[in-house]
Amino acid sequence: MSHNKHTLSVLVENKPGVLARIAALFSRRGFNIDSLAVGPTEHPEVSRMTIVVNVDESPLEQVTKQLNKLVEVIKIVELEGPGSVNRELLLVKVRADATTRGAVLDAVQLFRAKVVDVAPDAVTVQAVGNSDKLADLLRVLEPFGIRELVQSGMVAIGRGSRSISERAQRPAAVPAPPRAI
Amino acid sequence: MTEQGGRATAAVTGAQSLVTSLEAAGVTDIFGIPGGTILPAYDPLMDSTRIRHILVRHEQGAGHAAQGYAAATGRVGVCMATSGPGATNLVTPLADAHMDSVPIVAVTGQVVASAIGTDAFQEADIRGITMPITKHNFLVTDPDEIPRTIAEAFHIASTGRPGPVLVDIAKSAQQEMTTFSWPTELHLPGYRPVTTPHAKQIKEAVRLIRQAKRPVLYVGGGVIRANASRELAQLAALTGIPVVTTLMARGAFPDSHPQHLGMPGMHGTVAAVAGLQKSDLIISLGARFDDRVTGNLDSFAPGALVIHADIDPAEIGKNRHADVPIVGDCKEVLVQLVAQLQAEGADGDYEAWVAFLSGVKQKYALGYETPSDGALAPQYVLERLSDIAGPDSIYAAGVGQHQMWAAQFVDYEKPRTWINSGGLGTMGYAVPAAMGAKVGMPDTTVWAIDGDGCFQMTNQELATCAINDIPIKVAIINNESLGMVRQWQTLFYNERYSNTDLHSKRIPDFVKLADAYGCVGLSCESPDEVDATIEKAMAIDDQPVVVDFRVHRDAMVWPMVAAGTSNDEIKYARDLAPQFDDVQDDWEVRA
Repeated sequence: MSHNKHTLSVLVENKPGVLARIAALFSRRGFNIDSLAVGPTEHPEVSRMTIVVNVDESPLEQVTKQLNKLVEVIKIVELEGPGSVNRELLLVKVRADATTRGAVLDAVQLFRAKVVDVAPDAVTVQAVGNSDKLADLLRVLEPFGIRELVQSGMVAIGRGSRSISERAQRPAAVPAPPRAI
Repeated sequence: MTEQGGRATAAVTGAQSLVTSLEAAGVTDIFGIPGGTILPAYDPLMDSTRIRHILVRHEQGAGHAAQGYAAATGRVGVCMATSGPGATNLVTPLADAHMDSVPIVAVTGQVVASAIGTDAFQEADIRGITMPITKHNFLVTDPDEIPRTIAEAFHIASTGRPGPVLVDIAKSAQQEMTTFSWPTELHLPGYRPVTTPHAKQIKEAVRLIRQAKRPVLYVGGGVIRANASRELAQLAALTGIPVVTTLMARGAFPDSHPQHLGMPGMHGTVAAVAGLQKSDLIISLGARFDDRVTGNLDSFAPGALVIHADIDPAEIGKNRHADVPIVGDCKEVLVQLVAQLQAEGADGDYEAWVAFLSGVKQKYALGYETPSDGALAPQYVLERLSDIAGPDSIYAAGVGQHQMWAAQFVDYEKPRTWINSGGLGTMGYAVPAAMGAKVGMPDTTVWAIDGDGCFQMTNQELATCAINDIPIKVAIINNESLGMVRQWQTLFYNERYSNTDLHSKRIPDFVKLADAYGCVGLSCESPDEVDATIEKAMAIDDQPVVVDFRVHRDAMVWPMVAAGTSNDEIKYARDLAPQFDDVQDDWEVRA
């Protein structure tokens, strides 16, 4: 993993258009997204994005500050490698006929992956792990012939008991309307 | 409609709820044009006794008018348009307001909810289009959401770093029935602007200020938006530190003040540019180290530490590293800096530095060449306008040479008297912005200072002014060219004047055009007519006035730091670099 890669956990309001706003911000400010995963959290009104960006420290600060300016972004936490668990999901369709199936299944077992579908000439393998592990698995499966693959963005969570989403839902200050009606 | 403790609970249409919400938000003036999808809102708007709607001639005019209104008054400006082309015509003013942190709310109609996404007639995804050029925007399809959305829009537009907010409301949401209920609490968990500066940072800033030998107060538009001119004056008086005011901050500190070095940047004064460039401490207040101020960033103020105070954390360190970052509202920052300095003692020794800069200021005062053939110098017009209209008038400029001369040769003594398009550089800003300023400040004289190119982009709003009793005055600095572009062609393109000749001393006839629009049209071609012409314009207060000042076309804006070059390369006039050595100074020894 390149040392310039940073994993940002971004809590956002679960509202239409938020993803577009964040994607547009990255594009407009000239930052590249390596990986992006979006999903629900324990609070129905809050979604969580895990964004992997490939930038140096100083532009990273700009990315974070610009993201924070978005009204619907509630909180941003950078998850550092050792202090967090990160996982991706891989589904890969590998060529496997009667002569090679055994070897493919051995590889699947070695990586603690799972076969989720079998056809006469192929198996579909599901694997969960960090980027390195999934890359290793693919290297092993490659010689058999990869017919199709799909991979999720990375999701990550900090180790230990602390939660980043606890304080995310306080109501904002009450604005005093200039005049009562 | 029954009212219970400020809340009406009877069934109303979404459109009625919208108008009541705007009233609840304190809106008294809206600039706009109706059309298909905003028609439901215009019906109850007709009955509102609290809101005056001013029918403009182009939505861009509505947007800039809302900006001018906001810039002059400090209140949120409001514009309204229909979907599709009505909304896209607001794009330029929204982008302009975004760059210059102007609090405006734009309300647009959208096609009925069921038609969204079908490429319906006059459908445009204005929310998507304006995402990068608004502080925030909303699409409302549920009429129950209207009051909360309007409350949030005004809150977001006016707090923190101000900016434009767009509220796009589907026609169906305007037509459906709902109940009006003004929210008592806003749920914006991701929006909490920090206004109070960190005490530790204030202390660190004061430590640097007391140690510095060559400090300068770099004042940006944030000081005006934060209404912090009085506090700035206190800090300046307490410390004696020289002040520069950026294009966006003209008026934040009186031009007549001896500590004022003028405007820095591409067309700034030599003293202001030198003041930043040779300083050892830049105290940046609500400024953003724009490229037009810094010139080549790598060689900008190489010996300076930077205290950067801004309400927007993303501005701090964006272009120039901040040694002491301070996130906070400029007013609070200034109050605390003053208090801390008073507690510790404002005992910095800047004497040699101040003497040096006074010498530069005196030696390289703003000036211009008077044409030998008796033709009218544009700078002279602005000097006279400044003297006659005075510091109590509001001046709104377009973009280009006339804007720079207006920033240089009009003397500003008070905040909110100078209104211009600084960041986006929108030609055509002046007339509608002046119109908005006049609506917000009806008892103040408002001059639009415009170029002949700019004026031809938005002068249709003269009709709006004439019909709605908004007697602005327009000074067209007519050099029959796209003057600033022409200046660059003179300097950088071998005097090859590609497409900058507008022929505007021939076509159109601005006096006749003014007349056709129900305004008084005046013309002035020679220096000895200038005073009388301005006085005549000043005497008319029941009609808009347009003065065609026919100036000589080869005048250029000086000083100038060419784009992308170092501030050290500033030219006082063409091929004329200032010599700092023969201005007495000993600060270099003491540094």
